[in-house]
Amino acid sequence: MLKVNNINVYYGSIHAIKDVSFEVHPGEIVTLIGANGAGKSTILQTVSGLLRSKTGSVEFLDQDLSNVPAHKIVSQGLAHVPEGRRIFLQMTVEDNLTMGAFTRPGSEFDASLADVYERFPRLKERRKQIAGTLSGGEQQMLAMGRALMSHPRLLMLDEPSMGLSPILVQQIFDIITELHKAGTTILLVEQNAQMALSVADRAYVLESGKIVLSGTGAELAESDEIKKAYLGG
Amino acid sequence: MITFLNHLINGISLGSIYAIIALGYTMVYGIAKMLNFAHGDVIMVGAYVCFFAVSSFGLHPVLGLVLAILICTLLGIVIEKLAYKPLRQATSLAVLITAIGVSYFLQNAAQLLWTSNPKMFPDLFGGAAIRLFDGRLTITVGTLVTIAACIIIMVVLTLFTGKTRMGKAMRACSEDKGAAQLMGINVNRTISVTFAIGSALAAIAGVLLCSAYPSLVPTTGSMPGIKAFTAAVFGGIGSIPGALIGGVLLGIIEIFAGAYISTQLSNAIVFLVLIVVLLVRPTGLLGKQIREKV
Ligand SMILES: Nc1ncnc2c1ncn2[C@@H]1O[C@H](COP(=O)(O)OP(=O)(O)O)[C@@H](O)[C@H]1O
Ligand SMILES: [Mg+2]
Repeated sequence: MLKVNNINVYYGSIHAIKDVSFEVHPGEIVTLIGANGAGKSTILQTVSGLLRSKTGSVEFLDQDLSNVPAHKIVSQGLAHVPEGRRIFLQMTVEDNLTMGAFTRPGSEFDASLADVYERFPRLKERRKQIAGTLSGGEQQMLAMGRALMSHPRLLMLDEPSMGLSPILVQQIFDIITELHKAGTTILLVEQNAQMALSVADRAYVLESGKIVLSGTGAELAESDEIKKAYLGG
Repeated sequence: MITFLNHLINGISLGSIYAIIALGYTMVYGIAKMLNFAHGDVIMVGAYVCFFAVSSFGLHPVLGLVLAILICTLLGIVIEKLAYKPLRQATSLAVLITAIGVSYFLQNAAQLLWTSNPKMFPDLFGGAAIRLFDGRLTITVGTLVTIAACIIIMVVLTLFTGKTRMGKAMRACSEDKGAAQLMGINVNRTISVTFAIGSALAAIAGVLLCSAYPSLVPTTGSMPGIKAFTAAVFGGIGSIPGALIGGVLLGIIEIFAGAYISTQLSNAIVFLVLIVVLLVRPTGLLGKQIREKV
């Protein structure tokens, strides 16, 4: 479904992503794990067109996205919940969701909104509230709900558990599993390796811009290297 | 008392023009995060277009206004595309210097095309006026139209940014361009639309301004442009109601300062007020306090 071939991404002279290739197949949860600064967010931003690779290609549903402008990517069925949520803080909850449906036909808006509200009842309660006044967990739900408004085939989540209490982290992961069961393919970026590996079909481990390990979620969760480096044991 | 009322009405009317210009500054700043110093000169172009349409071609003033709006809208889009778009990634200083360059370019082009001899802008309202208090208080139709135009523009813009899809997309772009792109919003097109709206407003302001102060020269737009910029900062740059309040207050202060203190000092007083406001409230009257991101 998503094929990233040999990408190299630079910030000026900083070589942030080095020859990275990976794949996500339909129906999978794939996770990219790695320490802070490993290059996880850079990869997701390259897939969604906010950054460009100097080499290689990004293919989604057999279409090359390398030259597709960022604003045309979401309508292909690829939604990106960015790191730090980046909801529109000064707009209401419902207007944020409206922006999520920006590329969709107006006729399906009400149904999409009802779906998102059913999944996130908190958002419905707060629909007229300014998004900046939501708690961290609610903001993450809004960011995810906003992405779902575009009816993605592939949902990319960048550290959805960041800054949340353990209970909220559990809730967010439950939602991820539910979305997956409902048929959404998921590419999950996490520093919380334990949680990510517990839900993932497959995983890639990133270190300083390079993929150093890959395998099934269960394999990596058992690997000694991973245990030492990321799971605190 | 009646003199006071008269000054107040003149102040509100002048302030309405500042507010309409300030809206252009504030909207462009809100979306493109740049100060378009050429905005004042678009006003001048609008006024010239209307002048020639009405005085040379004998068109109806309304047609002259429509023509001015069309040409300024186009001019705004072209300026953005040619001068500012290539600088999207550049430092804000480079953009500022470019904007000043565009401003001089427009003034010099106007001088070349239309010379610097003042043109007498026609009275579009035929000198019609309402007389109150046995004729001691005269309110011209131009004054009323100016105030009404400002109110209508404010209401329409507030509805546009608050209720429409494009208006919401604009607010999304002003908050976070990357996230807006992830929603599928074409940021370049949104910026272009913002320049179009700002420039259309500049055309309206130019026609209203020259109806009230009829001497039209290539530098006609610069002083009102600077004052409207002041008004936008005064009200809180980026805020639409801020532009209205800033503009109207500035107009009133200017007229009162001129009437009761000194005509020579009225501009100095206007800027003094700005400095005091910014010392007390650095974000302007209605400016958003910048929240630290955690
Ligand atoms: N805007 C930027 N400018 C320069 N360097 C950056 C920028 N964003 C990220 N980097 C660098 O690129 C590398 C990868 O960053 P990032 O993709 O954010 O990592 P992660 O998401 O895994 O924490 C880091 O070394 C970081 O310092
Ligand atoms: Mg990151």
